[in-house]
Amino acid sequence: MTFFVVVEVSLRPGISDPEGATIERALPALGFQGISHLQTGKVFRFNVSASSEDEAIATATSIADRLLSNPVIEQSTVRVEMTA
Amino acid sequence: MTRVGVVVFPGSNCEYDALSAIESVGAQAEFVWHSATELQGFDAVILPGGFAHGDYLRPGALARFSPVMNAVSAFARDGGPVLGICNGFQVLTEAGLLPGALQKNRGLTFLCQPSLLQVASTKSVLTRHATVGQELSIPINHFSGSYTCDDETFRSLVDNDQVVVRYVENPNGSRDNIAGVSNVTGNVVGLMPHPERSMSTLLGSADGRVLFEGFVSGQLVKD
Repeated sequence: MTFFVVVEVSLRPGISDPEGATIERALPALGFQGISHLQTGKVFRFNVSASSEDEAIATATSIADRLLSNPVIEQSTVRVEMTA
Repeated sequence: MTRVGVVVFPGSNCEYDALSAIESVGAQAEFVWHSATELQGFDAVILPGGFAHGDYLRPGALARFSPVMNAVSAFARDGGPVLGICNGFQVLTEAGLLPGALQKNRGLTFLCQPSLLQVASTKSVLTRHATVGQELSIPINHFSGSYTCDDETFRSLVDNDQVVVRYVENPNGSRDNIAGVSNVTGNVVGLMPHPERSMSTLLGSADGRVLFEGFVSGQLVKD
């Protein structure tokens, strides 16, 4: 089976996010009020061939931990969005 | 004569400066392509600055998987002197050979300017000829140079005398002004500033010489 997987990588809590802070500061200039805790991150999408959803998630989690994120400063979440 | 291997990744761009710096302190330097699987015959290794593998994903994230990195890890484990400059420092942290990580500069600008450093430890292979407190004028040239680590790592860095050099004025938001660190044994060193660009007063500063003189002064490989 093919599983369509989405991995989201974001900075760990406490790690400074100057890009997120800069974007947040720009929002009032556009008239948006009440926006806080804006964080930047990365999204990776790929297909995983596996015999079960659990196996697909395990594979994607391993990829996320070993390559897509740097565990020193980043954390990641993995989800299966579609099964084909 | 000390023989230094300068690792060249696709996208490295400071390898000639590193080669020239090594030769100017009386040692021999040779390029090593990133697909090499061994470092036999070398007394020391440099990972130069640049944009290895385009800095895709994160600086150093893909370079870490270049075949030569297994050899660099083994070389480091055996106590061989390893120096990562700028992008080379980022590669060493991604490879787990040095603690911490390099984040985007606090001000989100690419910094290319002179910087004043202060030697914090002389335990490392890079600073063994310098003195603690010595000030060195060495330029920086980076976008992701903000040194970051968790509290536990920071405490162990300080306790084990692993902070090698600090900025006198923090240019990029690095924790505790850290510009360079070493591993516990001091044979693996990484720093964001470029000492290979400070080898001649004609070019603004010769303060990198004391670092490279120390780096090539170690014990030679016994053949």
